[in-house]
Amino acid sequence: MNTTPSSSDFILQVEHLSMKFGGLVAIGDLSFQARRGEITALIGPNGAGKTTVFNCITGFYKPTEGMITLNKRDGSTYLLERLPNHEIPARANVARTFQNIRLFSGMTLLENLLVAQHNKLMKASGYTFLGLFGFPSYRQASAESIELARHWLEKADLVDRADDPAGDLPYGAQRRLEIARAMCTGPELLCLDEPAAGLNPRESAALNELLMDIKNSTSILLIEHDMSVVMQISDHVVVLEYGRKISDGSPQTVRTDPRVIAAYLGVDDEEVEEVLTEVGDEDVIEQLDTGPDSAHGPGNSASMMAGPVSDSVEHADEGERVTVSKGASKAAQVDARAASIASNPQPAAKPAAKSSAAKVAPKKPAAKAPAAKADSASKGTQAAAKPTSGKRGGDK
Amino acid sequence: MAATVSPERDVVVPPIQRAFREGLYAGAIALGLFVLFIGLRTDQNISNELILVQRWLLLALVVIATAVGRFLYVGYAQPAMERAKAEKAKAPAVVAEPGFVRQNFNKIGIVVLLLYPIAMVLAFGFQGSLKWVDNFGIQILIYVMLAWGLNIVVGLAGLLDLGYVAFYAVGAYAYALLGTHFGLSFWILLPAAGCMAAFWGVMLGFPVLRLRGDYLAIVTLAFGEIIRLVIINWREVTNGSAGISGIPKVSFFGLMSFNVSDPNYIAKVLHIAQSGAYYKIFLYYLILALCFLTAFVTIRLRRLPVGRAWEALREDEIACRSLGINTTTTKLTAFATGAMFGGFAGSFFAARQGFVSPESFVFLESAIILAIVVLGGMGSLGGIAVAALVMIGGTEILRELGFLKVVFGPDFTPELYRMLLFGMAMVIVMLWKPRGFVGSREPTAFLKERRAVSGSFTKEGHG
Ligand SMILES: Nc1ncnc2c1ncn2[C@@H]1O[C@H](COP(=O)(O)OP(=O)(O)O)[C@@H](O)[C@H]1O
Ligand SMILES: [Mg+2]
Repeated sequence: MNTTPSSSDFILQVEHLSMKFGGLVAIGDLSFQARRGEITALIGPNGAGKTTVFNCITGFYKPTEGMITLNKRDGSTYLLERLPNHEIPARANVARTFQNIRLFSGMTLLENLLVAQHNKLMKASGYTFLGLFGFPSYRQASAESIELARHWLEKADLVDRADDPAGDLPYGAQRRLEIARAMCTGPELLCLDEPAAGLNPRESAALNELLMDIKNSTSILLIEHDMSVVMQISDHVVVLEYGRKISDGSPQTVRTDPRVIAAYLGVDDEEVEEVLTEVGDEDVIEQLDTGPDSAHGPGNSASMMAGPVSDSVEHADEGERVTVSKGASKAAQVDARAASIASNPQPAAKPAAKSSAAKVAPKKPAAKAPAAKADSASKGTQAAAKPTSGKRGGDK
Repeated sequence: MAATVSPERDVVVPPIQRAFREGLYAGAIALGLFVLFIGLRTDQNISNELILVQRWLLLALVVIATAVGRFLYVGYAQPAMERAKAEKAKAPAVVAEPGFVRQNFNKIGIVVLLLYPIAMVLAFGFQGSLKWVDNFGIQILIYVMLAWGLNIVVGLAGLLDLGYVAFYAVGAYAYALLGTHFGLSFWILLPAAGCMAAFWGVMLGFPVLRLRGDYLAIVTLAFGEIIRLVIINWREVTNGSAGISGIPKVSFFGLMSFNVSDPNYIAKVLHIAQSGAYYKIFLYYLILALCFLTAFVTIRLRRLPVGRAWEALREDEIACRSLGINTTTTKLTAFATGAMFGGFAGSFFAARQGFVSPESFVFLESAIILAIVVLGGMGSLGGIAVAALVMIGGTEILRELGFLKVVFGPDFTPELYRMLLFGMAMVIVMLWKPRGFVGSREPTAFLKERRAVSGSFTKEGHG
């Protein structure tokens, strides 16, 4: 197996991971590592492919290409893309939660946590035969499993409701229960898919506390939308956009990476401005403040809008047309812009911009480009050039 | 103004007057509906000509009955119900402690079941008790056992199986063939038949593992038909639709026999009078023991990891896989365990009838067993037993309703209305209790106190 000397520091190594659905590249050549004992955050706009990465790691999808290596504490190494789905939690000790909570809603909280200890209890019950006749070894294992469940219920602050059905819990408690359930499998790596989504501030704080507690014993891979949560608790951040990694580093470096700001927050004019002022990075503002690049991305003039080439894909599953515009990647725009700045320091001659009738405040044209994507119709641009995001709104 | 919009509402119509009016309407509607259905009937006369028979009297009776029924319902039943509801609302909301019967339902049930044949013998004598023990007791208990077996697959694991009768058939033919050809005893063949059925359960399980919901239901239905057709057409072995007769009786654990000609016939051994009732009573206790075995195993399995995994599978299969549960083997064990009890019931059935033919294993049987499981409340043993009692006992009791002949004429056979009543009962129960008699679920473990989980949280599974 491919084990580099330093590999044991990393609990998870993702190398050249690609996942294609028909012609849609949900993940393209993604490589990153998660260090043991840290919280690694995976962030990116909706539809960036974060959940798909999780599904590849936990075996729900078989990646088209690439290698996912998991190094356990005891030195054993697993290639996750080769393991069957259910063996990933059982043997490689990777547990996960789901973006849309998946609890056993008709079972009590305690039962939910006992189901999570299935494999251990199955062995103790002699694959049912010993347990059926009430052997004491099973009874002891059963009592231990209830103790473990109680431990995690206490951590998740749910012990008072242990005998209530899981479906009866409020949303935030369901999220915590799902995490507690995943922890009951005894994981070395815990993958959390947007655990803070839809939580109120109080629930969110309780969640952070729970995660910091878990971090002491288990490495965490975290998908999160809420930047503030990410900045608060994560040690390492990987940023995805359109299935590609655009940034990777500590929260600080990622936070000031112009490509991240453009990609992740460049959805709304105001928001970008807000973040820019918040970050207070003059460089960044300057870099972004260079106007649209004629080769990339939608400009402001109608004549420019015919520009971007788009590769359209017939989506086999839904018969839905998923079109990914070459100009859609905001990070790529920033790159291109940076390159053009480097080649001719005077960002001159913007013929398109001059002819533009819809040209607005010259302060933030970079933010303007993505905005044009979001509501090109309202800006009087042609719908043809609008990078249709297809399914990218929701994810299941 | 709101008051002027609906003047009728403000005028207080005396309930009797309203009831009278509604009764008249109902009568008129019934007349319109039934004038061609009941009033006229086509028939053949002696010279084979089609003639119209007029039945105005019957029509009048039906219409009057409808009108009077509506009148009584609107005039008396409805106000009484409303009064009762108002009183209930007024009374302080004390959660009524469930009554003695409710609390000790299982214990009472077991005692009643154990004493039932004795009570019947005391009440009707040995000969008179035959009907009650055999047609009612054994018949109902066979369905209870089948429904409890299917409950493992449908109620716990949430896999919709429409071909359960196939395993019943496998068990019955396993005993019938091995018993008649090799003369093996029931006590050896009972586990053998169970194993055989479980094997076929796994054989069915493998190809359908990837199917869910409707697709699974259709494939299992087809499997049931395949087994039946194989039995019909594989004449050399199964004797086709003529069936197998002369299936040996069950012996009293090899100590005593129930064949009059045998030297160790029970009446000779115990020096008592000859009677066919001994065998029936023995069979009753045998099927009762098999039922208890099914219940015991089901209750035990639910508290073991495999049973919890079945229920978790019903709730959410994807979450199961994310927790490291091998859903393939979990589904297969559910199929195999359910099928095994079907096989036990089948071999008992063959021993009891002494004759098996493909007629007994039609799709309707699967449907009835499934209906019992659904009516009883998926997953609940007590509810399912009550449902079996109501559905099978109810249809059996139709045979006893000879007095209806007096009302509807001498060629009225109540048995023919069996399916109609079965269907009506199902519709009514489903309206009244959409989740079956027992909609709640008993948790398998608890930290502080055991509280039933309301049916609104549990899922039915997706196949
Ligand atoms: N099973 C699938 N079949 C087809 N396309 C999929 C599937 N799963 C995800 N995708 C696509 O992959 C892209 C990434 O989705 P996802 O990983 O859910 O994004 P997110 O970063 O919001 O979690 C989306 O365009 C989505 O439509
Ligand atoms: Mg997602």
